[in-house]
Amino acid sequence: MSRLGELGHKLYTGEVSIDFIKRRKTWYLVSVAIIVISVGGLWLRGVDFSIEFRGGADFQAPVSTNNANERIAEVREAVAETGLAEEPIVTAVGNNRLDIQTPPLDATEGVPKIRQAIADELGVAEEDVNYSLIGPSWGGQITAKALQALGVFLVLVMGVIWLYFREWRMSVAAIVALIHDLVITVGIYALIGFEVTPATVIGVLTILGYSLYDTVVVFDKVRENTRGLASSSRVTYSDAANLAVNQTLVRSINTSIIALLPVAGILFIGTFVLGAGTLKDLSLALFIGLAAGTYSSIFTATPLLCDLKEREPAMKALRRRVEQRQQSDAAKAGLTGGKKPSGDAADEAADEAPGGAEPRPAVKVGQAPGSGSRTQPQRKTRSTRSSRRPKGRR
Amino acid sequence: MATTTKRPHPWRALLALLAALVVGFVVMALLGAWTPRLGLDLRGGTSITLTARPAAGQGPITPDQLNEAVDIIRNRIGAISEAEVTTQGNEHIIVEVPGVGRDEIVRLVGQTAQMRFRQVLAVQAASLPPAPTPTPSPSATGPTPNPTATGTAAPQPSVTPSGTATPQPTPSATATNAGRAVTSALLAQGTASPSPSPSATASTPATPATPAPSGPLKIATTPANEAQLAALAKYKCDDYDAAKDDPNQPLLTCDRDGSQSFVLGPAIILGSEIADATPGLPQQEINWQVSLKFKNQGPKKLAQASREMYQLDPPLNSFAIVLDGKVISYPNFEEPIPGGEASITGNFTQVQATDLANVLKYGALPLAFEASEVSTVTPTLGADQLTGGLTAGIIGLGLVVIFSFLYYRGLGLVVVASLAVAAAMTFAAVVLLGEAQGFTLTLAGIAGLIVAIGITADSFVVFFERLRDEIREGKTLRSAVDSGWNRARRTILAADSVSLLAAVVLYVLSVGNVRGFAYALGLTTIVDLIVVFLFTKPLVTLLSRTKFFGEGHRLSGLDPSRLGVSKAKLTGAFGRRTPAPREA
Repeated sequence: MSRLGELGHKLYTGEVSIDFIKRRKTWYLVSVAIIVISVGGLWLRGVDFSIEFRGGADFQAPVSTNNANERIAEVREAVAETGLAEEPIVTAVGNNRLDIQTPPLDATEGVPKIRQAIADELGVAEEDVNYSLIGPSWGGQITAKALQALGVFLVLVMGVIWLYFREWRMSVAAIVALIHDLVITVGIYALIGFEVTPATVIGVLTILGYSLYDTVVVFDKVRENTRGLASSSRVTYSDAANLAVNQTLVRSINTSIIALLPVAGILFIGTFVLGAGTLKDLSLALFIGLAAGTYSSIFTATPLLCDLKEREPAMKALRRRVEQRQQSDAAKAGLTGGKKPSGDAADEAADEAPGGAEPRPAVKVGQAPGSGSRTQPQRKTRSTRSSRRPKGRR
Repeated sequence: MATTTKRPHPWRALLALLAALVVGFVVMALLGAWTPRLGLDLRGGTSITLTARPAAGQGPITPDQLNEAVDIIRNRIGAISEAEVTTQGNEHIIVEVPGVGRDEIVRLVGQTAQMRFRQVLAVQAASLPPAPTPTPSPSATGPTPNPTATGTAAPQPSVTPSGTATPQPTPSATATNAGRAVTSALLAQGTASPSPSPSATASTPATPATPAPSGPLKIATTPANEAQLAALAKYKCDDYDAAKDDPNQPLLTCDRDGSQSFVLGPAIILGSEIADATPGLPQQEINWQVSLKFKNQGPKKLAQASREMYQLDPPLNSFAIVLDGKVISYPNFEEPIPGGEASITGNFTQVQATDLANVLKYGALPLAFEASEVSTVTPTLGADQLTGGLTAGIIGLGLVVIFSFLYYRGLGLVVVASLAVAAAMTFAAVVLLGEAQGFTLTLAGIAGLIVAIGITADSFVVFFERLRDEIREGKTLRSAVDSGWNRARRTILAADSVSLLAAVVLYVLSVGNVRGFAYALGLTTIVDLIVVFLFTKPLVTLLSRTKFFGEGHRLSGLDPSRLGVSKAKLTGAFGRRTPAPREA
């Protein structure tokens, strides 16, 4: 833990800097690869929708003898004999519960008969057999509603983020990262073959909030570091953004851990104590989505934002100024090497070997070590902090 | 807010929060409510989700229609205590009954359907070729043989005018039994009966039914034509398709137990035109009857229909009460009924009359519904799920607390205290909202609360990381608390707005479990904001004045050597450290 703290400090000051932005092509490739695999999984295997989406009846019966697995055949037989469900799907949940699924039944006639059959077979009271009956269109309705919510949410959030940051590029980058998370989560579901239940849908929708939440925090720092950048000539937008990502890295890691801990608690209980059900489905989707969300706020959203920003004329001009300045600095100092090329070097670094992101000490461009873009007091530019800065420029 | 001023007043904020909490718990004490209202999935019970389907030829569903339907369903299940009927979104009705063994609720609710009165053009035993001779044939049981056939035939009910609500002199209500044996077809466990021989098959002229020239109603004066009869001969009860049940067209259908099939004319009167239906036992009578009152266009239509139909030959003189496409009963008109009030008489028992009255009164839903989801959870499973949810919550909280202590050392205390306050507030909010708004805590809701622990704790992370950043910048702790807060505050507000927005959108646009989850998420987000502003920040301000934190003790989580600054920097040791005056 304390090492993380040390690392946090070094990351903050720029002593340790990970080139998130510079290697963005690598991250994009990683993302694209995962997305391709996800979509491939979706296309090949499809999603395994639960009974709620197909419609049907689902009975859950206690097995007092604690040998649920051995009773499967008998119960299946008993249900089939009612003549109402030819091939019921009977599965054991743990060793003291059976789950019986049949095609849709009539609520007033079919359900009681089958309930009775199950109860008689297992020697329990009919009241002890839980059941749920789902109309064939119900799952479709849930899905339609979810998609509707998704659409409305995306539009609103783009608006909110735009209002807050006054920067449509941030909205776009945040939403792209969000869609990235959704696709990956759904794809993993398809690949592994997890069953998609309404609870899964809730989980996936919750990821929306989380993913954006994380992205907003990172972007907040980016904005702070890039304030007044256009009129300086010290660092490029990408450098400033990269520092922001580095500075919030510890927070991102902490947040993700803290967010994942309770979810892990739910997942544990849902899987090992309650067996299948709401808790397990929900937390599984959350777990996958949170991991994807953390990744995307660092590796997808911010690099994308920089790509978008660097296209602005003002930022291109800034890049030229920064490069000039560095050359003149280098000339003055008589240095011939040892300095990194500045900026994100969009073209040169394109085909950098994907070698992961091992942290390496990097001297911040054009600055003394130990100072970020938010430099020491004697080198104040307009981009420096001031805790009581005017609330303007919003 | 105290925190925005130059000189924060941490005590004020803390006291305000404490006062709010105390008020909350005092209200709970006054109400005697110490536990949240639990959803059925946590305490056991039956829930039914009905989804409205706009009927053919109707516009979109209006909230008024939905509310009317809710009232009707409420009345219908009024006998069952504790049943709750609520709307959800703009097309769903949720019926919830706690406890077990409440399966009758499914039947009761399932009956809520659309009612229409239609003229009977032909009737015969279901899925049997029409009898060639008009001699009564003994009961040919329909496709669903009823083993408990008792053969007690209820006579054909008849309709007569009743009441004296109109200036016109109304004939006295007389129960005349047409003597045709027909089951009242009202009870699910209804008595099977000998089916009447269809009288409409002999010598059917092949002329189509001609609408009566007088009045708006199309009353047929001739029985079903050959095409209709041919269709009737082939008709099976399972063929009924609600989507094709158009009130303006003739209809082929069966009665409830599938023993008889009918050709029915277009709808004469709609269920929504029935004002009231009450069972009653007139004096000096032994049989119960049902009194009907009509509203809107009902009385006028009834007057015309009865005037034109009462002298026609059977079955043309009877009208079928069709509920959800199934014939419940088909009384015949004995005389004109001008006053908009009528009685249905027959050999009704009290139960039969009450049932028929209920169907007439409450079956008249303005919308057609289908049961999208029916589920019952036993109390055992409910208790298991509740325990599981709470355990998961405790595990989650415990893990977060451990992590906070490991990483933030002394500041972990702040996290724990804040989470405790947040938990108390959330608990009070859930209980009070349950009392005020009927908010019930479901398993998904509990999951939402647990997931939100992460969002809540994250606000502290943002704040603490900012605080450390400010110290790294070389500020004293005292000023770092304020400047760090000012920056963290904006981030927290922005991030929480996004998560609140997500919760609101989900809540408004979703159905079922998602709503409970979204509600819990939104609630916790608001609680988080309150706690961070009114508790966490003031607490850190106060702690920064203590020696342990203020001088960056090794275990305080603000160790200057870790943050790469000198202790002198942290404490601002340039002679400015005066003990802070305690502000009340």
